[in-house]
Parts: sequence; C-alpha cells; structure tokens
Amino acid sequence: MQQLVAELLKGNRRAAARMISHVENDDPLKRMLLTELYPHTGKAYVIGVTGAPGSGKSSLVDCLLQQMRRDGLKIGVIAVDPTSPFSGGAILGDRIRMQDHALDHDIFIRSMGTRGSLGGLSRSTREAIQVLDAFGKDIILIETVGVGQSEVDIVKAADTTVVVLTPAGGDSVQTIKAGIMEIADLFVVNKADLPGAERTTTEINIMLDMKKGDHWRPPVVQTVSVQNKGLDQLWELLQEHRNYMNESGKLETVRLERVKRELTDQVEYLLKNSVWEQVKEEVKLEKLVEEIANRKNDPYSAASELLEKISFFDQKTGKDD
Amino acid sequence: MDKSGKKIRVLVAKPGLDGHDRGARVVARALRDAGFEVIYTGLHQTPEQVAETALQEDVDVVGLSILSGAHMTLVPRIKKLLQDNGMNEVMMIVGGIIPEDDAEKLVSEGYAEQIFTPGDPLDKITGYISNNFK
Repeated sequence: MQQLVAELLKGNRRAAARMISHVENDDPLKRMLLTELYPHTGKAYVIGVTGAPGSGKSSLVDCLLQQMRRDGLKIGVIAVDPTSPFSGGAILGDRIRMQDHALDHDIFIRSMGTRGSLGGLSRSTREAIQVLDAFGKDIILIETVGVGQSEVDIVKAADTTVVVLTPAGGDSVQTIKAGIMEIADLFVVNKADLPGAERTTTEINIMLDMKKGDHWRPPVVQTVSVQNKGLDQLWELLQEHRNYMNESGKLETVRLERVKRELTDQVEYLLKNSVWEQVKEEVKLEKLVEEIANRKNDPYSAASELLEKISFFDQKTGKDD
Repeated sequence: MDKSGKKIRVLVAKPGLDGHDRGARVVARALRDAGFEVIYTGLHQTPEQVAETALQEDVDVVGLSILSGAHMTLVPRIKKLLQDNGMNEVMMIVGGIIPEDDAEKLVSEGYAEQIFTPGDPLDKITGYISNNFK
C-alpha cells in the first residue's frame, strides 16, 4: 500500500488508476490510502462542467484540454455517466470525444459510473479528485452526468462551475427557475451555430442582470465546439474567474466550507458504521421490524431504545477499516 | 460483479481502420444490461490508444471489435502494450469476422482468452466474462 502511494506521487499512471479503483470500490484500504494522500492535496484547481445530456459537455472538455495544454498545464479529467438503476451496469462514453488526448501523458482521463448517486456526480468523485490532485495535476476537470434542473452536487466539488446550455431550451421562464441556473460561474451556449442562440444568450443575460449585488457577474459565452469557436474566450474567462476567486478570497472561503463538509461527512460516516455494527450485535433487527410492522412497537421509540443500549463511538472502528 | 462485490470494468475498443461499430455498440449495451461498467472508445483507435485507455480506466477486461481483417496484427500488438504497462492479468476477448484458424492461433498463443464471431449469442459473451470473475 505504501508502495502504491509512493508510485503515485512519483507520477506512475497505473498507480493513479489503481488508486481510483480502490476508492471507487470502497476497498478496505481506502481510508488509509486517502489519509496518506491528504498532505499532498489542495494544489489543483477544480473546474466543473455540467449541463443537459447531449449539450456538448464532453466535446467542450476536449476543446478545453487543447487550450490548457497550450499553456503547459497538467490536467486530470473525471467524466461521470449514469449507472443503470436496474442492472447496475453503465456505458461510460464521454471519453470517445477526448481520445485524441489519450496518448498525452500529462492528461489523465477517468470515466466513472454514478453508482447510485443522484446529484450529478458519482459516489466517489470527491475522493477521485483527491487522488488526481495528489498525482500532481494542475487542473481537474469534472464532467457531470447529463443533468436536469436540480442535480447540483458539482458546486460542492468545483472551484469554478460551468453550465452548458444549447439554443432553444425553452422560454425565458426556464432561466429564472431555481437549481442549475443558479450555480454557474460561467454560462456556455454551445452549438451556437443553431437557430435561437442569440435569443438564449439574451435571456440568460437578462436573468443575470436582474440579480444585483454579487461581485462576480457570470459571463455568457457562445461556443461551437465542433468548429473550435469561442474556446479562446471561454478559456480566458475561466482564468479570469480563477483570478477573481483568488483575489477576492472567495476560494479560501469555498475551500474551508468544503473541508468542513468533508469532516462532518467523515464523522457521520464513522458514527453510522460504529452504531450499526453494535446494533447488529445487540439486537435481532428482524424481530424488532416485525414488532413494528405488527404495531406492537413504533419506529420512534424503538430507535431511541436501540441507541440507549450502545456507546457512540468505538475507537477501533475508526482505525481498522 | 465479482465475488468481492467489485464492479467489473470492460473496455470495448475498435482498433484500426474499421468504420463499423454497430456490433460493438450492441455488445456494449448487452454488457451494460448484464451489470458491467463499459467504457467505449469510439472508432479508429490505435493500439497505443487502446492500451493507454485500458490503463487509465483500470479495466478488468479488454474487448476488441475487429471487422477489418487486421486481427493477427492488432491483437498481439495490443496484448504486448498491455503487458508493457504491467497489465498482464487483464482478460482479452475479441469479436469480429475472424477465421477459425486465426481464432485458434490467437488463443493458443496466449494473445486472447476467447474469440467471438457472428452468430454467437450475446449471453455467451456476458456469461463468459461473469463466469471468469466468479
């Protein structure tokens, strides 16, 4: 295990790939690996790209890779596609658009299935970001699944969030709805060679101008990724937003919040595991469930009674798993 | 899923100058429905691209679809590149228009575990992979 971490820090691509598999599969080594990696993280800048299915996220990421490589940056890509709720299988097809970069050793692309997560990212995206961060990538690009209106987990993971829209996506009421329209630091109207691009752009701009008081007013960029149009501007604006995040001190605030969330998540995770382990030892759950189902007991008092029987944290659980 | 509950990842790749991927897509879909995570590369991949993708995606199985007749060149080449990457344990399966003699040779010389040809039912492919990870 130590060796895997050492190899990863040396820049071994296979080690990075294995490590992501370990975190994704909830390997028993996972917590220890992430603990080892943590001191080496926090350097990469994370950019999220989100939008509806077929809006052109993968192609835009492909174009952005080209732009970023021109500046000599090392990039990690995490491309998320949906896992079937029925079979548990998935078709991970985002990298089809990025295969021109497959042989560039400074780009590392990993596809992930959502595996039950509903917020647009996969269950282990955040951990995979840490792996690629420790691996020495300057920028990590996250491509979410094709989202609808409310899958906004990306804001919790990304320093800059790009929302990709296409022309003719509904009337102007759509632009003032809550959810995805609120999370963008930057809007892209892709496929801008199609009719309606101007109107869509104007509607987003009107929506943005209705809101006052924010220091950063998200720009709206038109792109045509198949013709490589608008990509210079997009890359410039992404850098501008990054500068803004740095200079305004917002990056620090956002990252502190993220660390706080990681900490609470970990506490909840450990607590939950430790509690359930003990509960399973102490009581026959099935029997209790039956009692409740037969209305001889109720879930509210049963839960309180269960918790009275156990101690809340077992040191062992935290260290051994 | 294998015995430890880990998802099995399968790379479906189209190496070489062969522009037909209906078959690869049908197989990819069947693999998805059988519960595998399928990474699809798209058309016209070089052996180097296939091997590097297998490495970055840390797949358990590489499935090559070759309808061009170049299988005796492409399969050994990809197998070698995978080995160079330290991926000796990856299962290699091939599908396509592959004459029986060639198929036997690819298997007996250790370049591929199994060859599937037109007419093979989809569950033969999915079953073959599942059985190997039990």
